[in-house]
Amino acid sequence: MDIKAYIDSGILELYVTGQLSEQENQEVYELMQQYPEILDEVLAIEAALIKLGASVSPGVSKTTIQLIKQQLEFTSESSKVVQLPKSRTNWFTYTGWAAALIAGVGLLWTVNQNKQLEIQLSDADLENAYLETQIEDAKTDLAAKENLLNILRDKDIISVPLGGQGNFANSYAKVYWNKADNSIYLDAQGLPDAPEGKVWQVWSLTLNPLTPTSLGTIEDFNSDENKIFTIANANESEAFGITLEPAGGSESPTMEQLHTLGVVAP
Amino acid sequence: MQLETLISRFQQKDEKAFEELYNMYSDSMHGVIYNIVRDHDIAEEVMQDVFIKIWHRASSYDASKGRFFTWILNISRNAAIDKTRSKAFKNSGKNLDAQFFVDILETSESLNDKTDAIGIKNFVGKLAKKCIEVIELLYFKGYTQKEASETLNMPIGTIKTRNRNCIKELRQMVLGS
Repeated sequence: MDIKAYIDSGILELYVTGQLSEQENQEVYELMQQYPEILDEVLAIEAALIKLGASVSPGVSKTTIQLIKQQLEFTSESSKVVQLPKSRTNWFTYTGWAAALIAGVGLLWTVNQNKQLEIQLSDADLENAYLETQIEDAKTDLAAKENLLNILRDKDIISVPLGGQGNFANSYAKVYWNKADNSIYLDAQGLPDAPEGKVWQVWSLTLNPLTPTSLGTIEDFNSDENKIFTIANANESEAFGITLEPAGGSESPTMEQLHTLGVVAP
Repeated sequence: MQLETLISRFQQKDEKAFEELYNMYSDSMHGVIYNIVRDHDIAEEVMQDVFIKIWHRASSYDASKGRFFTWILNISRNAAIDKTRSKAFKNSGKNLDAQFFVDILETSESLNDKTDAIGIKNFVGKLAKKCIEVIELLYFKGYTQKEASETLNMPIGTIKTRNRNCIKELRQMVLGS
């Protein structure tokens, strides 16, 4: 056998890097036993490749071998460690179970807590919406009142107090008359709610001769909150009166039911 | 101690023998694995797994089927390639473009201070590109001759002789023989 030619064929390099078939490997192995030159060649190839491989490594951590020995539960490090792996395993097991239990309980608690918070949150949302509505109402209310105040302060307004009449001495009302836009604002807070089947009716009066003109009935009196009503009035009124009339109102005022009356200041 | 004796003691689960083999091969296996996974920590992790695996599989090694080095080299390359195919590894977005082992030598700042490694770095830089390619594929990547011939687009016979000549050149650089 031409050993040199065999070596030069490049088969030994492939042998070391693992490219040969099982049969070829067996062959090389047998030849190595037979010919020391072949064995030496293989060893040299191997040594060069080991160095080349190591040169590519950025460096192996010194602790790696310890980690491997730990995982393999080697005992060779020191003899007194012999008992340790077992007790450590148990300790780990118990700690593991304990941790799992704590985590489980914690998880349940968290889930529960979460549910409660969700409920609280939706309650808060409702409350919030309710408060927003209230604020909005208050704002609207405020705007309406400011508007009213502005109207009453208008320089064109004539104020006419209506005093209680006869049996209704406790009743009172006020008329704010804006001649410029032919409207009156009736403040009827001093009148009681109209009884069932009855309605308040507002009258414009001229005094000489005494002529009443109906300004209409106040249908929503009882339900109105601020008891201020805007009524159109294009008459040359000299006085205003309010009577309680049967539902629907009357053609002329029922004088026994005249609750308040006031004369426009000349 | 003779390598054969060491290996047979290792096969009888001798922890000291294992540690000695580790000292002999861990750097080179780490290099081979690192060249495939291109991450220092992952390479250490894979290498750990490799040595744990060989301990458990010690009895399956058969000297007549190949060198101990070749055996552990195969296990390392396979483990590293398996790692690169794992989902977690793919998600890590590693760039495994066609870079050769020499690129690591050229770019690595952290090259260990082993003097011979620095020596090799200087030598290997002088290896011809055709050598680098063929050594990369056959040694570092574990390609078959056929795969290498297809990748490099040259006949199998040429691959074989080129590999021989290139490793010969390497030997002269690193071993002086």
